[in-house]
Amino acid sequence: MSETVKVPTMAEYMAEGKRPEVLFWVGCAGSFDDRAKKITKAFVKLLHNANVDFAVLGTEESCTGDPAKRAGNEFLFQMQAVTNIEVMNAYEIEKVVTACPHCFNTLKNEYPVLGGDYEVMHHTQFLKSLLDEGRLKVEGGKFKGKRITFHDPCYLGRANNVYEAPRDLLRKLEVELLEMKRCKRNGLCCGAGGAQMFKEPEPGNKDINVERTEDALETKPDIIAAGCPFCNTMMTDGVKSKEKEESVQVMDVAELIANAQDL
Amino acid sequence: MQYIPNILFILVLIAGIGYFTKNVRKVIRNIRLGKDVDRSDNKGERFKNMAMIALGQSKMVRRPVAGILHIVVYLGFIIINIEVLEIIIDGIFGTHRIFAFLGGLYDFLIGAFEILAFLVFVGVVLFWIRRNVIKLKRFWNPEMKGWPKNDGNFILYFEMVLMTLFLVMNASDLQLQALGADHYVKAGAYPVSQYLLPLLDGMSETALILIERTCWWLHIVGILVFLNYLYFSKHLHILLAFPNTYYGDLNPKGELDNLEAVTKEVQLMMDPSADPFAAPADDQQEGEPEKFGASDVADLNWVQLLNAYTCTECGRCTSECPANQTGKKLSPRKIMMDTRDRLKEVGDNIDKNGSFVDDGKQLLNDYITPEELWACTSCNACVETCPVSISPLSIIIDMRRYLVMEQSAAPSDLNNMMTNIENNGAPWPFNQMDRLNWSNE
Repeated sequence: MSETVKVPTMAEYMAEGKRPEVLFWVGCAGSFDDRAKKITKAFVKLLHNANVDFAVLGTEESCTGDPAKRAGNEFLFQMQAVTNIEVMNAYEIEKVVTACPHCFNTLKNEYPVLGGDYEVMHHTQFLKSLLDEGRLKVEGGKFKGKRITFHDPCYLGRANNVYEAPRDLLRKLEVELLEMKRCKRNGLCCGAGGAQMFKEPEPGNKDINVERTEDALETKPDIIAAGCPFCNTMMTDGVKSKEKEESVQVMDVAELIANAQDL
Repeated sequence: MQYIPNILFILVLIAGIGYFTKNVRKVIRNIRLGKDVDRSDNKGERFKNMAMIALGQSKMVRRPVAGILHIVVYLGFIIINIEVLEIIIDGIFGTHRIFAFLGGLYDFLIGAFEILAFLVFVGVVLFWIRRNVIKLKRFWNPEMKGWPKNDGNFILYFEMVLMTLFLVMNASDLQLQALGADHYVKAGAYPVSQYLLPLLDGMSETALILIERTCWWLHIVGILVFLNYLYFSKHLHILLAFPNTYYGDLNPKGELDNLEAVTKEVQLMMDPSADPFAAPADDQQEGEPEKFGASDVADLNWVQLLNAYTCTECGRCTSECPANQTGKKLSPRKIMMDTRDRLKEVGDNIDKNGSFVDDGKQLLNDYITPEELWACTSCNACVETCPVSISPLSIIIDMRRYLVMEQSAAPSDLNNMMTNIENNGAPWPFNQMDRLNWSNE
């Protein structure tokens, strides 16, 4: 899948003496994880499609520090935060969009006290706003009528009370939106949060992602929709462990919208 | 001689309230062992939370069966306590049913108390069945063995006995009123206790008075004993739910607090003009450097300690916890129970020695193990579900901070992750210079 997408950087904008309307914060998963890179590209295509004037930090971006903070390493978190804030403030960033709920939560809630005050949106919120402004057209497409269930990322849902933006987008695709028995504020974690993504789980009798995948499979979906690169990994692994990867796909909301229109 | 009951009553009342007050002061002192945290902001929103969550029980009814039963018991408990006011006045002045002059209103009140008492009795029996017959899983987790299990049942028995005494007292009073006994004014409506009359059929006036007086005394003494039992049990929530919901965290649940002490250090490190070898300024105290994170209760803040006293061990947090559901040792309820047990131990230590004397124990390891702490996904399910705004997550994070920043005792996988972030700005070993490669892959 070699395909180049045009991605302007803040440095390029700066050199031209311009400022974009929004900074796209790609995040570590979106930059380095093979699966998440596809989500990043799908989102970039949607941004181009809606004529959004955006830029990324590129090599000037660094981990927000979320996993360090949740692992208890406040020092490392604040070092990361202060460095990132210096870069963003130098570019006079006002608005940030990211496809990772962990970056979203950290930038939105934990940076202001350290001097980084931005309007931060999750990509599903941003896409919803483009839709409302008529800049992005989403309708039907190839997923029309498909059975899709949305897994709420903890850091988007419970952590920040965003439940409807991703669902509104899915409804626009005219899919059959199915809710798991545990959803929205009662949604079960995929097992990746709190730095769990980077370690083996403690001894137990089951993996959390398998438990959550069972919730999703109970709805007999064609597709499990996710809004977080880490949930995506966990649910994909869960589907594999249930040997359902032939019949059930795990896709990000941005990918669904981009693919529906064959972007 | 005729004033002996009045004097006895006043003495019992003073003893009951006095001992309770003494213990409440201990609770307040213990909570104040915690670090300071400012929760004096947004009074309007805080009052609203208290009104909705504590007074209005808004989160209780998210589980409808337990929620509705709880509202019955809660309303009954509060409203029937109006009757206690009459009991206290009667007890002090040797009167009987002093509010009887209210006439129709009094009939209504007594009638309402009776119906509520009956509903409370039924509710409490159903609660008992849920715990002991249906055996709901959350009441049988490992941390619920021994005292916590008995404590839950004792409270239910207490309520059953108190409601029974109230209704039997009324029934014998009603019978005495019918017999025209001295002192027993015709007053009140008895929609429930009238059905107990057949049990009292044919009893002499003396026997009825004995029953009525015994129930009256046991009822008020029982209430005082119950009041004093609160301090020793998980049941302090009936009082502390109110301050606890008021002082709850108003920030988005995803926002973890910022460690000021770390911010100062980081600013110093990032400041190119700072002299790393500078002597502290004269006005700065060169005391012990601040400890990062929490290894014992005094490292937590007072809201976290208030949380611990407020927890009534309902276990909704644990039943929603993804780690607990998949067999890990972590139980958010146990985090709260351990914090309270340790706080009680520290408080007793202070009572005994005048000030805290090192007992070689702490919250970390002696109560809560690192294995429990590292199993948390920080998903906030426990915080979301708690009916009284307790945050077990904040304690877990503070204890992780101690493990990592004071002891460098993170699991090795996490150390690798953190080394990667430090060296190349990502949790995985990729070069920061490759961050934009995705765009032309």
